[in-house]
Amino acid sequence: MTSWALALFLRDLRLSVRVGGSALVGVLFFLAVVTVIPFGVGPDLNLLSRIGPAILWIGALLATLLGLDRLFQADRDDGTLDLMLMAGRPLELVVLIKCLAHWVATGLPLVVAAPLLAVFLNLEPLAMGAVTLTLLVGTPALTLIGAIGAALTVSLRRGGLLLAVLVVPLAIPVLIFGVSAADAAIHDPVPFLTPFLILCALSLIAAVIGPVASAAALRFASD
Amino acid sequence: MDLGPHSGFIIASYGLCLVTVLGLIAWVRIDKAIQEKALRELAEQGVSRRRPDAGGR
Amino acid sequence: MAFWDYANPTRFLRLVQVVLPWLTGLCVLAFAAGFYMSFFVAPEDYQQGQTVRIMYIHVPAAWLSMMCYSIMAVSSLGTLVWKHPLADVSAKAAAPIGAAFTFMSLVTGSLWGKPMWGTYWVWDARLTSVLVLLIMYLGLMTLWRTMDDPIKAGKAAAILTLVGALNLPIIKFSVDWWNTLHQPASVMRMDGPTIHPDILWPLLVMAIAFTLLFFVLHLMAMRNEILRRRVRTLRLRAATSAHPRSATATAQPAE
Repeated sequence: MTSWALALFLRDLRLSVRVGGSALVGVLFFLAVVTVIPFGVGPDLNLLSRIGPAILWIGALLATLLGLDRLFQADRDDGTLDLMLMAGRPLELVVLIKCLAHWVATGLPLVVAAPLLAVFLNLEPLAMGAVTLTLLVGTPALTLIGAIGAALTVSLRRGGLLLAVLVVPLAIPVLIFGVSAADAAIHDPVPFLTPFLILCALSLIAAVIGPVASAAALRFASD
Repeated sequence: MDLGPHSGFIIASYGLCLVTVLGLIAWVRIDKAIQEKALRELAEQGVSRRRPDAGGR
Repeated sequence: MAFWDYANPTRFLRLVQVVLPWLTGLCVLAFAAGFYMSFFVAPEDYQQGQTVRIMYIHVPAAWLSMMCYSIMAVSSLGTLVWKHPLADVSAKAAAPIGAAFTFMSLVTGSLWGKPMWGTYWVWDARLTSVLVLLIMYLGLMTLWRTMDDPIKAGKAAAILTLVGALNLPIIKFSVDWWNTLHQPASVMRMDGPTIHPDILWPLLVMAIAFTLLFFVLHLMAMRNEILRRRVRTLRLRAATSAHPRSATATAQPAE
C-alpha cells in the first residue's frame, strides 16, 4: 500500500515543483502581499508589529488559495484523474496524498518564509516563533479545505475565482484561531495553548472532511 | 401613528423588506412566464414530452 | 410512502396547484394579522422606543435565513443519499430565497443598529456570522449558475451545502470566540433577559407569516425549476432530432 502512495506523493511533488515552479511563485506572492500592506496602513512599526501576525496569516491564506486551482485540474485535463478513479485505490486517500504533496510544495515554503517576512513587520522573536508554529499547524487545514473547492470547480474552465469565494467562508475559523494563537503568545489575554489546540483540532477535522468531500465531488464530476 | 424620532429607520427597514419580497415575487412570476412561453413554443414546433414510440427509433 | 409519491414531478406539480392558493391565502392573512399586531398591539420598548418595531421583521428574517439553510442541507442529503429527484430542485430553488431573507435580516439589523449603537455596522458575532452565511448563499448560487448540467451542478452544490452545514457551527463558535476576544461585552444585547407576551405574540405571528411566505415562494420557485428542466430536455431532444441523419450515421456506420 505504501509504495503506490509514496509514488503518487513523489510524482505530485515533482510536478508541482517543476511545472511553473508554483512553490516559488506562492512565496513570491506572499512577499508581495506583505510588502503591499505597509503602503496601505503606513510604516508605523508599532502598528505593524501589532497586526503582523494577522498580515502574515492573511498573506498565507491568499497565497494558498491562489495555488489551489491546479490541484486537480491538470490531472483532469490529461486524463490522469480518470485513471486514478479506475485504479481502485480509495479516492479519499488519493486526495489526501495529493493535498499533502501540494502542501509540501506550496504551504511549507510559506511557513519557512514566514520568519523572514516577520522581520519586515517588526515582530519579536517570540511572536515570530508563534506565527511560524501556527502557520505550520494551520496551513494544512487551508489546503485541505481548499481541496473541496478545487474538486467542486474542477470541471470549470476558469474556476479559480469561484474557488476562492467558496473556500474563504469555510477558512474563517482557521484564520481566527491562527491569529488568536499567535496574538496570545505575544500579549496574553488568553493562554497560548487554548486557541492553538483548537487550531490543531480544526486541522484534524479538515483532514477528515476535506478528502471525503473532495473525493465525492471528483466522483460526481467524472461520471 | 407616531413612530418617534427614528421613524425613518423603521419605515426604511419595512420598505426595504417589502421591496425585497416584491422582487422575489416578481422573479418567480417572470421566471414562470418565461418557462411557460418556452414550453408553448416547443409544443408548437411539435416537440412533445412523449417519447416517439410509434416512430420506432 | 407519501414522500416518494411526490418524487414524480408531474404529481408534484399537481399537488402544488392544489396547495398553493390556500397557502397564499393563509400567508396574506398571517401578514395582515402580524402587521396589525406589530404596529398597533405591541407596546413600544421603554429603552428602544418605537425602533423595537424593526424587530418584528428582523428576527423572523434571521430565523428564516437559518431555516432555509437547514432545508437546503436536508435537500442535499436527499440528493446524495436518497437520490430523491426533487431534492436538488428544492435545494436550488431555496438558495435565492434564503439569500434574500439573509440580506433582509442584515439590512434591518443594520438599520436597527444605527439608532441603537450609533453606527450601521458593528463586527458583532451575530452580524458577522450572518454576513458569512450570506456569502455562502451567494457562492452556492454562483456554483449553480456556472455549471451547465443541472444534475452535476446539483450534486456539486449538495456537497458544498453539506460541508457548509458542518462548518456553520464551527464558524459560529469561532466568531463568538473572536468577538469576546476583541470586544469585551460592551455591545448591547439585542434580546432582553425576558420577553414580555405583548412582544412575543406579534413576533410569533410574524414568524409564522414569514415562514408561510417562504413556503409559498419555495413551491413557486420549485415549479419554475421543474419547468426549466423540461424546457432544457425538450430543447436537447429537438436539437438531436433536428439532425437525425448524423445521429443514425454515427450509430450505424455501415448500412
